[in-house]
Amino acid sequence: MNEEVQRTLLEIADDELILGWRDSEWTGIAPLLEEDVAFSSIAQNEIGHARALYELVARERGTTADELAFDRSPDEYRCAQIVELRLLDWAQTIARHYLYEEADAIRLEQLKQSDDAEIAGLAAKIDREEVYHRMHAQMWHERLQNEPRYLVAVEELRPLLEQRGEHTAELPELWEEMTMVRRSQPAGTKW
Amino acid sequence: MVTEAQVWDALAQIPDPEIPVISLVDLGVVRDIDIDDRRVRIEFTPTFLGCPALEVMRDAMADSIRALGAQPEIQVLLDDSWSTDRITAEGREKLRASGFAPPSPRGTAAPPLVQLQSNAHRCPYCGSTETRLENIFGPTPCRSLRYCASCKQPFEQFKTI
Repeated sequence: MNEEVQRTLLEIADDELILGWRDSEWTGIAPLLEEDVAFSSIAQNEIGHARALYELVARERGTTADELAFDRSPDEYRCAQIVELRLLDWAQTIARHYLYEEADAIRLEQLKQSDDAEIAGLAAKIDREEVYHRMHAQMWHERLQNEPRYLVAVEELRPLLEQRGEHTAELPELWEEMTMVRRSQPAGTKW
Repeated sequence: MVTEAQVWDALAQIPDPEIPVISLVDLGVVRDIDIDDRRVRIEFTPTFLGCPALEVMRDAMADSIRALGAQPEIQVLLDDSWSTDRITAEGREKLRASGFAPPSPRGTAAPPLVQLQSNAHRCPYCGSTETRLENIFGPTPCRSLRYCASCKQPFEQFKTI
């Protein structure tokens, strides 16, 4: 697996980890109980996908999925800015969900064509679960598609799908929270 | 030396950690068993990648191999070989009898939203197809929530993946 492939997998893994974290912030505070359940499940899936992708890269680099997920500095993450934002507005959250799932579907289709059978297989497995994320996003998109607030949110967030490399100020804050427990113990601690 | 049949029997005794009415063999997550003297190698295909039960399943399989006096080697395959179509007929019946609607057959692709929203899914309690989708997601990522209009019973439907 060459460097470029590893970087692509890390991009996707970072997107899924950070978005999973942001989605999990709706647990307990979503406007509908059903959505507490939905976003919690989606978050769990996304973090599971991140773990599987990190494991592939970790094996190549002689490290572990946890070290890749938590022991890099915020600058080293390759996620897109759209997943970094802490959104407490429902219209914006659905806009991000819809935009991300649409873009992720295109990326997964490409990965499923990979010459590396392991990567193609994992992409296909991830896609089986993402089908349900897309259905959920589609359902909400249809419900909100004539709401001005939602349409504004879609247009505002869309460019952030492409913003990768430079981070928003929200990523270091998220990283502080995300790695707090792990950093409370010396590196190499067995959990 | 242990035999392959003994290993299958031992694994068939391990309940799924989240849905203990079915075993890991019913769930179809054991893809292959390979025995080389005292070493037993199991190819294990996870269900959902974010499922917290995966480690529990792996440890339980290793324990059961050790109980047979052999040395376990559990290989986790992150490929695309598991789908809900791998749940055995017996497993599906056990699910239904416990109030979990088994997944519909996948065929060539997962069902589209319109199919989930249709009433094509059967209530595991009364058998009626007058059921509706309440939520694509449920208590775990592998389940959806449906409601039966005939017997007024909410129930959990396995997602087809």
